[in-house]
Amino acid sequence: MRYSPLVQLSLGKVRGILREPEAIFWVVVFPVLLSVALGIAFRASGPAVLPVAVQDGPGAAELFSALEGDEQLDVALLDDAAAHDALRTGRVAVVVVPGESWTFWYDPTRPESREARLLADNRLQGAAGRVDAHATGVREMTEKGSRYIDFLIPGLLGMNLMGTGMWSIGFSIVNSRQRRILKRLVATPMRRWQYLLSQFIGRLAFLVIEVGVLVGVARLLFDVPLRGSIVLLCGVCTLGAFAFASTGLLVAARPRTIEGVSGLMNLVMMPMWILSGTFFSTERFPEIMQPFVQALPLTALNDALRQVMIEGAGVGQVVGEMAIFGGWGVAAFFAALALFRWR
Amino acid sequence: MTTPAIRCKDLVKHYGDVVAVDGLDLEVRPGECFGLLGPNGAGKTTTVEIFEGLLRPDRGEVEILGQRWERDDRALRDRLGVQLQETRLEEKLSVLETITLFRSFYSSGSEPTEVLRSVGLEEKRNAWVRTLSGGQQQRLSLACALACDPEILFLDEPTTGLDPQSRRQVWDIVLAFRARKRTVLLTTHYMEEAQRLCDRVAIVDRGKIIALGSPAELIEGLGADNVVEVTCDRAPNLEGLTGLQDIQPVDGDAARLRVTAGHLHRAVPEILAALRSQDVELRNLATHQATLEDVFVALTGRHLRDE
Repeated sequence: MRYSPLVQLSLGKVRGILREPEAIFWVVVFPVLLSVALGIAFRASGPAVLPVAVQDGPGAAELFSALEGDEQLDVALLDDAAAHDALRTGRVAVVVVPGESWTFWYDPTRPESREARLLADNRLQGAAGRVDAHATGVREMTEKGSRYIDFLIPGLLGMNLMGTGMWSIGFSIVNSRQRRILKRLVATPMRRWQYLLSQFIGRLAFLVIEVGVLVGVARLLFDVPLRGSIVLLCGVCTLGAFAFASTGLLVAARPRTIEGVSGLMNLVMMPMWILSGTFFSTERFPEIMQPFVQALPLTALNDALRQVMIEGAGVGQVVGEMAIFGGWGVAAFFAALALFRWR
Repeated sequence: MTTPAIRCKDLVKHYGDVVAVDGLDLEVRPGECFGLLGPNGAGKTTTVEIFEGLLRPDRGEVEILGQRWERDDRALRDRLGVQLQETRLEEKLSVLETITLFRSFYSSGSEPTEVLRSVGLEEKRNAWVRTLSGGQQQRLSLACALACDPEILFLDEPTTGLDPQSRRQVWDIVLAFRARKRTVLLTTHYMEEAQRLCDRVAIVDRGKIIALGSPAELIEGLGADNVVEVTCDRAPNLEGLTGLQDIQPVDGDAARLRVTAGHLHRAVPEILAALRSQDVELRNLATHQATLEDVFVALTGRHLRDE
């Protein structure tokens, strides 16, 4: 044990991370803060009240009083210029222009504007005497799992596995290359694969803390469920951490400077931050991009995490996703071995 | 005949168009401390890194302890202690952790605490590398090279950038290792270091060995023990004076001359008399005992260090 190179190298790696307060912040504290902030920002708070305006003019007062009675709308009476201004800057969702026929003035690409238009129209038609053709009722869904925070937490977990894997491996390797430590190690009888393996072992040692803290906080603060098996979740997280640790190894295989490796990392991670469905669903991207989006390792990891955590999926349902990001990991690992610069 | 610790023949290494090592032959005997002395860029580091198996020569043969690189590299590395010129060890590991890590790579060696004692760092064992002074970091680097109790110790410019006290501490460590009849190969551009530590010195310039021998032999080769340097207001003519050898301008300035002489009490009055008769004004006159630096200047017309 005492003179086992693998043990000593791994210990060194773990110590290096533990003794870097910034690393602990980015690995553990930051994702929790982010999830808390986003969880609060997007908390379920009942139906929102939509701001609408009535443009001043003949007949405006009647429209104003009709709309004022609707608790889902917040009505203001504005003159032409002020109404235009408020609509342009998004302070109101729709402007109702009185006249022979009512005109709804709004931006159809804004979902809340479309909703406000329908609500206002409905209200005004009712006030004008329209009778509903059929009676309707409502039933409210309150079960956990459909909220934004439930969508968000598995995505944040995936993004964190990517970021921590890449930074913790990439930075320390390039740092060691820059300090000529790699060259010094090569001058010893150390086996090179042991050095690379120790990087992974050191990285995986933090997985328990990382995943545990984020899943625990999400559970305690926001009641985010964990429907699938914990064992499967750990398996997905471990394979995901391996995949991105390999990617970190590949990215760090050649650069000699921290600046160089930072640029490469951003190049690799940036598309996945945007495309891989961390903050919003990948279905928003056009059909033509889908093969690319779905082939990204983070997309596959996020999907697998969501299915296990929220939908309670078993191994059979996520094995396809695991094959995608696991395959990326294996490919990146061998590419890194072939390209690695020890001097 | 015993196997040489290090032997190389016709070693050549290019970096693009630049020739770093230009046909170098060398033999280092077991148990001797051998120095490669030369200015920056002479090819010393390249040569040592070829010996250490870190660089591959373009041409030539290298044998270390009778073995060649690329046959059984791990077994060979297990017997060598290496200190590179620019390694900055991990800042956030402690001294003992660092030395234990390096010890773990070797099949045998010394107890880490023993090694730390031998380099005078036992009190710093739990300090982070970051908190060490330059001299202490250099001694730790030496300790990492000594962790395997090596048969050959390679030191590349072990005291460059150190203060005089730290330099002497490093010298004491090397001398203690040498006293155990182990082989040392070191590079340096400090002639005092080569004179103090080395049994034999090879003076290297532009990738070639231009002189080889013990420090005493090399200085003897100058033919005289003393060096006189005169600085005048214009170029004096000292040719033909008795008792003077090897008159050379310093840094290409004909008004500054460097003269080697057997006996100062004869040479200095001769020089002064010549200056007076030529009506040349003397600005400065200095004398010192000949050193390896003077050997290098005599051979190349240049100084070891550009100062």
